[in-house]
Amino acid sequence: MSLELLLFLILFPLLTAVLCLVLPDHPIRRWVIRVSGVLIGAGAVYLLVTSYDSGMRLIDVPHEPVGMIMQVIVLAIALLVLYLGVRYRKPLAVGLILVQTALVQYFEFQYAPGLAMEANLFVDEFSIIMALIIGVIGSLICIYAISYMRCYHEHHPEIEDRRRSFFFIMFVFLSAMFGIVFSNNLLWFFFFWEVTTLASFLLIGYTRTEEATNNAFLALHMNLLGGIGFALALLYIGVTGAPLGLDRLVEGGAAVALVPAVLIAFAGLTKSAQLPFSSWLLGAMVAPTPVSALLHSSTMVKAGVYAIIKFAPVLSGTVPGLMVALVGGTTFFLASAMAITQSNAKRMLAYSTIANLGLVVACGGIGTYEAVWAAILLIVFHAVAKSLLFLSVGTVEHQIHSRDIEDMDGLIVKMPRVAAMILIGITGMFLAPFGMLISKWASLRAFIDAPGGLVFVLLIAFGSGVTLFFWAKWLGRLITRPLDEENIEGRVKTEEISVLFALSALVIGVCLLFPRIAHSLVEPYVLSIYGMVTQLGQDNEIIMILMLAMILVLPLTMLYFGNGRDRRKLDVYMSGRATTPDMHFKGSAGIDRQLSLHNYYLEGYFGEGKLMRIGVAVSVLLVLTMLELIVVPGVLA
Amino acid sequence: MIAWLYGIAFVILAPLLGGLVAGIDRRVTARMQGRVGPPILQSFYDVGKLFEKERAYVRASQNFYILGYLIFIAFSGALFFAGGDLLLVIFALTLSHIFLVIGAYSVTSPYALIGAERELIQLMAVEPMIILVSVGFYLASGSFYVSEIAAYGGPLILLLPGVFIGFFYALTMKLRKSPFDIATCHHAHQEIVKGVTTEFSGSTLGMVEIAHWYEAVLLIGITWLFFAWNPLVAVVAVALVYLAEIFIDNTTARAKWGFALGSIWLVTLVSTVANLAVFYIGGMA
Amino acid sequence: MAYMKRSPWIIHYDGSSCNGCDIEVLACLTPLYDVERFGIINTGNPKHADIFVVTGSVNEQGRQVIRNIYDQMPEPKVVAAFGICACSGGIFRECYNVDGGIDQVIPVDVYIPGCPVRPEQIIDGIVRALGVLEEKLAKMKEDGR
Ligand code: SF4
Repeated sequence: MSLELLLFLILFPLLTAVLCLVLPDHPIRRWVIRVSGVLIGAGAVYLLVTSYDSGMRLIDVPHEPVGMIMQVIVLAIALLVLYLGVRYRKPLAVGLILVQTALVQYFEFQYAPGLAMEANLFVDEFSIIMALIIGVIGSLICIYAISYMRCYHEHHPEIEDRRRSFFFIMFVFLSAMFGIVFSNNLLWFFFFWEVTTLASFLLIGYTRTEEATNNAFLALHMNLLGGIGFALALLYIGVTGAPLGLDRLVEGGAAVALVPAVLIAFAGLTKSAQLPFSSWLLGAMVAPTPVSALLHSSTMVKAGVYAIIKFAPVLSGTVPGLMVALVGGTTFFLASAMAITQSNAKRMLAYSTIANLGLVVACGGIGTYEAVWAAILLIVFHAVAKSLLFLSVGTVEHQIHSRDIEDMDGLIVKMPRVAAMILIGITGMFLAPFGMLISKWASLRAFIDAPGGLVFVLLIAFGSGVTLFFWAKWLGRLITRPLDEENIEGRVKTEEISVLFALSALVIGVCLLFPRIAHSLVEPYVLSIYGMVTQLGQDNEIIMILMLAMILVLPLTMLYFGNGRDRRKLDVYMSGRATTPDMHFKGSAGIDRQLSLHNYYLEGYFGEGKLMRIGVAVSVLLVLTMLELIVVPGVLA
Repeated sequence: MIAWLYGIAFVILAPLLGGLVAGIDRRVTARMQGRVGPPILQSFYDVGKLFEKERAYVRASQNFYILGYLIFIAFSGALFFAGGDLLLVIFALTLSHIFLVIGAYSVTSPYALIGAERELIQLMAVEPMIILVSVGFYLASGSFYVSEIAAYGGPLILLLPGVFIGFFYALTMKLRKSPFDIATCHHAHQEIVKGVTTEFSGSTLGMVEIAHWYEAVLLIGITWLFFAWNPLVAVVAVALVYLAEIFIDNTTARAKWGFALGSIWLVTLVSTVANLAVFYIGGMA
Repeated sequence: MAYMKRSPWIIHYDGSSCNGCDIEVLACLTPLYDVERFGIINTGNPKHADIFVVTGSVNEQGRQVIRNIYDQMPEPKVVAAFGICACSGGIFRECYNVDGGIDQVIPVDVYIPGCPVRPEQIIDGIVRALGVLEEKLAKMKEDGR
């Protein structure tokens, strides 16, 4: 049964992708996308229902002829990249793809035949969680993209309408992500990994403007570099005869698997946009919003951290593992600090994504059972809240024609429902009792007990302070109301709003159900790998739920406060100046002025350029040390 | 592990104690300035009066946010005195302050906005220290639960002197005392027309005052934990700490936010690293 | 009901004056007079204040400011005019830019003349204002507000 289900999840999006490619822009295509989205989501849920309590299961699939097909596709990808690299004069991309292809082909011919294996697919609790994230959130994003992209092309007539290939790549992306989380054969894993690299490259370059093309190549360069790391890991496995199966390799522990684990973790660092590779994710903002949402929440960057967490047991307690963790911790703090200076909502979200992934990576590098527990929850909460935020910002942008946080004041009046959903998303990202904070709390506990944990404790303590600042000021901006604005929400398409509703419900649902998720999925997984498990404690779970209930009930008091009939409304204090309802007042010399309010961005303290330089320097040092640590003993031996 | 009765007692008694402390604070402050000062019960009179005033508003939603502030600050204090998880207490406290900040944002006033941003800077400045205090308690006593930290037999202050210094430094800001009272303060200083509370009047302002009482008692509670092994010492120590804060309040001028943030972070970093590193080095040996 | 009397918070506005009365009001805060003994606080914010203390007379520029501050004070509130300028315009009464006392703009409850008004008078004036404040509170309660 599970075999069919896994194949369905991997292949069905592919089928949809092909349909999107051939069907013209017609209601039929829209319905195909909607129905497929629902089916993919349902498939993931069905997987949960049928196999959440059956632990880790390996599934036999013959390597051939799948392997053959994969090899052909890998070559095709290489040719495509080669062509594009030459056409856009990007020698670096050409060089990287040549090196990578050479490594992979050498491995294929020299070693792969000797390493044939049966159990090429597997499913366990962690892959179920990932499948749910990909299936449910990914499909919702695709459905949202239907009306978003229509609107997008209305607003940007100068951009060529290539929606066919757009949806094609989106669904290929989902398919590849399913492939990653179900692959036990590392060669398969690598194949799907490369597909996501290419897919993200094509999506970022969608608009084909010069900026988009350059940023797409930036992403490609970094991910290809990571891909070379992955290829080297495969080669090492081939040379040493280490197991090619993910399960056996990880079981082998540090003695067998440390080198490939570090190389794959390196690939994971590039894919999850950790410093010094963060710039590609920031550059990816040029793409249409659903792409950002997809890259940030359910795919791509999640593939990176997935790989690192898979190898966490190997990295745990090793010096290279500590280096990985330090890269993550540094990224967490610095990216959070840089987010303070951003007024562009998407850029701010990007920095926050990088920061949160940094925390996950830090947990993965530490690799203790507590840390992995925290990391998985972080992934879940981050995926739901971040997708909601990105899509909401996309909707807002189409209505107010700006993605600047400073322009979002009064949103609670202009677009009350969307604003409320952004509020849910933001609170979900940083406030107790919502998800991200629970996980941050768990990771803090994990760090304290780890050796050398003081550094991480400090990073997380200072990082939390900073996080608080930038989220709260956005939150405040949304409910500031300088003018009596009119409600323009009616202009938003119903479909977009429904997707946002679904995601908001998910954010709240995941928070309410979090003890359940932790008990029935995360804990069995951690237990199966480490034989130990951590818990928040029942008291604390009850208190968290209590707080959530209080927050949800509190708005009811608005019924009491909301009607101001028996009260007097006072004007805002403007030093005694009379002010009109739309905030005009007579300034000095009788000049008419309008009030405008702006947030603090603390450029002088948290300047992006300055922090970025520090971050890149530190992280390059750490990454090099990490690589050196695995190379030098090999050379000496 | 969690004694809810103490929590409920806190919700009822803390305003009484907090109001009294505020009254004594004002009295001592007056004496330091060579004045007689108001009656000890003055804070209660003030809040009583605020609730007698007309219930006017600037934005109807402001009361909702301020109610959230009050409820969650009481909740976090209750959790603390019930012996709950210290980190959770801190998170609830942060949540409550976010409510205050949002309330200040919601009224859309230039003064309140500056107050809100400065309140956020305060939160950002103090959050690391507060988290590190609980980490320190955990490393020293082996538990995050207030009940277990309080029951720890030895003098935690001797194990955590650096953490205590950092906490003391940050406490000045938490208690809204000069030189770090950058968002709002308890005195008749008129700077930025009292920041976050600028647009609040009557019962809304009264709720903010009560919330401050709760917070003061909670902070006293955290200070107490350092000395909890001996109640007598603890009473004296807490009183001295509070007196010292009043003294600092009266002898310093308000700092700029940049200095406030920078210096608190620096003190936090130096004092806690120096102190907590001992545990890690000791643990490895 | 007792609280209103024990916690009079004031806001002080200085109109067209010689600043004499202004200084006297501030003198009340000094250790010598220490009005905080009576719970009096100088708030500087109309939303927090119960008593509107005005020194100096009204001119064209100040009219709407006084009105605005008065409007922003929550009920019950009392206006106290301190110094002869605030009561009637005083020595500035005949100036081309002066309209007269502040009762030209808002209703005044307590008039305390003097040039300048002395701190003892100020304290006395506030005590009188408290009486009015209490009456207003009682009236407010009757009206069921
Ligand atoms: S009453 Fe006399 S002292 Fe007071 S402001 Fe007028 S002129 Fe100056």
